[in-house]
Amino acid sequence: MFTIANTSLPQLLLGSGKFSSPAMMIDAIRASGTGLVTVALKRLKPGEPSHDLISPLRQTGVKILPNTSGAVNAKEAVFAAELARELLQTHWVKLEIHPDPRFLMPDPEQTLIAARELVKLGFVVLPYCSADPMLCLRLQEAGCAAVMPLGAAIGSNQGLQTQAMLEIIIEQAKVPVIVDAGLGLPSHACAALEMGASAVLVNTAIATAADPVQAAHGFRLAVEAGAAAQAARCAPASKQAHASSPVAALLSFLS
Amino acid sequence: MMQTFSEVLAHTDLVALQLATFDTAAVQKALDTQRLSLSDFQALISPAALPFLPQMLDKASQLTRQQFGAARQLFAPLYVSNLCANECTYCGFSMSQALKRRVLTREELWIEANAVKHLGHDQLLLVAGEHERKVGMDYFRQHIPMLKPLFSRLMLEVQPLDIDDYRELKLLGIDTVLVYQETYQAQAYAKYHLKGKKMDMQWRINCPDRLGGAGIDKIGLGILLGLADWRLDAVLLAKHLRYLQQQYPYCQFSVALPRLRPCSGGISSAFAISDREFVQLYCAFRLLAPELDLTLSTRESPALRDLMLPLMITSLSAGSKTQPGGYQVAPQSLQQFSIDDDRSAQDMASRLSSLGLQPVWTNWHPAFGRG
Repeated sequence: MFTIANTSLPQLLLGSGKFSSPAMMIDAIRASGTGLVTVALKRLKPGEPSHDLISPLRQTGVKILPNTSGAVNAKEAVFAAELARELLQTHWVKLEIHPDPRFLMPDPEQTLIAARELVKLGFVVLPYCSADPMLCLRLQEAGCAAVMPLGAAIGSNQGLQTQAMLEIIIEQAKVPVIVDAGLGLPSHACAALEMGASAVLVNTAIATAADPVQAAHGFRLAVEAGAAAQAARCAPASKQAHASSPVAALLSFLS
Repeated sequence: MMQTFSEVLAHTDLVALQLATFDTAAVQKALDTQRLSLSDFQALISPAALPFLPQMLDKASQLTRQQFGAARQLFAPLYVSNLCANECTYCGFSMSQALKRRVLTREELWIEANAVKHLGHDQLLLVAGEHERKVGMDYFRQHIPMLKPLFSRLMLEVQPLDIDDYRELKLLGIDTVLVYQETYQAQAYAKYHLKGKKMDMQWRINCPDRLGGAGIDKIGLGILLGLADWRLDAVLLAKHLRYLQQQYPYCQFSVALPRLRPCSGGISSAFAISDREFVQLYCAFRLLAPELDLTLSTRESPALRDLMLPLMITSLSAGSKTQPGGYQVAPQSLQQFSIDDDRSAQDMASRLSSLGLQPVWTNWHPAFGRG
C-alpha cells in the first residue's frame, strides 16, 4: 500500500479503456486487487454519466479517478477536471494533456500550467508526465499529490524505456512516483517497484491481453513481488563475487 | 504563404510511382519494419503482397488491438440536403439527376437530429451536397449551434471551404471535417467531375491544409475506389496523410476507403477492386499508421463488415440513411447510394459485443477543441 492525500491505496492502479466489455473490465479489476481506476471524462455520455461505465465501477467499491484525456491544453484540462468533479463527486484528478494524437506524448508546459491552477482550485492532482526529473520536481513544487512519469509511450507495451530518468525522479521525489504508461508485462511492473516507484498504472497490457483476468492477476503478483523487494532493501547487483560475511570474518581472523 | 499538398504533388513523379514493382523480398521487408516508409506501404498494396495477406492481417489486428483495444466508435450521418451544383458522373445527387431536391428546414433538422439521437448515437456527421448558396456558411451558422448540445462530437462533410470558414466552424462546434479527394489523378478527376466547383481539383486537394491551418481537431481523408488505378490513389493518399501528420502534428486523422456502389444514374467501374485487395488495402493503412482511425462504410456487406471490424476497423456508421429526411421526415425518398449493411444502430452494437468488441458511442467532450 502507499498513501496519497491520506488515502491508502494498493500499488497497482488500472485504466478502464480498451476492454471488450464493462463486464470484462470489472472481472479484471477484481483480479488485479486495485483500489483505484481511472476513467476518461470524454467517455461519459453527457447527461447520463453513469451509463455503462460508472455504475459497474461503483459496484466494485474502487475509487474512481477521472482523467482529462482529450484535453489539448491547460484550459481544457482544467475545465474537464471541474466537470469531472461535479459529475463524479471527487476532487481527485489524473491530469493528462497530450495534444499530439499520434504518440500521445504528455505536454510538459501545459501540464505544469494546469497543475498549478488545479492545485489552487483544491484538486488532488496526479499528473501524467514525461520522465523528466526537472519537470517532476516542478510538478511536486506546484503541489501535485504524486507524479506519474511514463515508462514508455502509452499503449506501447515496451516497458521501462525511461529507466535511467525514472531512477533520478524516484531519488528526488518527495511525493509518490507512479510509473504510468508503456508497461507491457508483469515483470516491468515488478521492476518499477523494485526501483522504488510507489505504484504503477496499467491499462493496455491488461485490457488487450487475450485473457485480461489472468493478466490482471499476473500484474497483482508482480507488484506484490516488487513491493516486497523494495521493503526488503535487496542488495545491489555486483559484477564480482563477494564472500558472504561469515567467510569474510574467518578470513579476517586468520590474516 | 502556407505550404500546400498540391505543391508536393506537383513535385511527385506519378508515372514512376505507378510503374514501381515490388517483389517478395520487398513485401517481407515491409512486414518486418516497425515504421513503414511509403515504399514499404506500396509494397504491401502490390500484387506481390497478396500471398502474404494472412501475415498482414495478423500484424494489422495486433496493432489495432494494441492501439484501440476492443473499442469501436459508432456514428451516424445526417443528410441535410441533396441539392448539388456539381455534376459527378458516379453520384446519385448530381445536378442533372431527376430527383426531388430537399434542404432540411430548421424544424426538420431538429426532428432528424433527435431521431438519430434516439437511435443511441452521440456522434453526428452532417452531410450535404455541394451548394454554397443554399447550404453554405449561413446555413451552418444558423443551425449548428442548435445541434451542438445534442451530440458530443459534430462532424461535417460538405463542400471544401475557406480557412476562415473553418476557423468559424470550429468555434460553432464542428470537431471533425471529412473531405474525400475521390481521386488524386488529374485526368481521372477531370473525367468524372464535369460541372461545378468540384471541378477545381486543387481547391479540394488543399482543403486538408486549410483544415489543419484552422486547427480543426480531426480530418477525414479518403478516396473513392473504382474511379482510377486504386493502387496509385492509395499511395498518394498515404503520402497525403504522412504530409499532413508532419504539417499538423496536433490533428487527428481518419481514413475511409469507400468502393463505388450502384447509384441512380451512375456509372459502373472499370477499375474494380476485389474483396481480397480491399482487405489488403485496409491492412496496409493500419500497418502504415497504427494510430489512424479507419472507417468502414455501410456500403459494404454485413458479412465482410463483421469480419473486418475486429481486425483493423475502428469506427463505423450504423443505421445510416443517405437521404435528407431519411430518419423521420421523409424516409421514402431516394438515397445518395445504396446501402448494403442496413442493420440498425442497436443491432450493430449488439453484433460488436458478440464479436468481443466494445461499442463506443461517446468519446469526446464538446468543450474540447474549441481553441
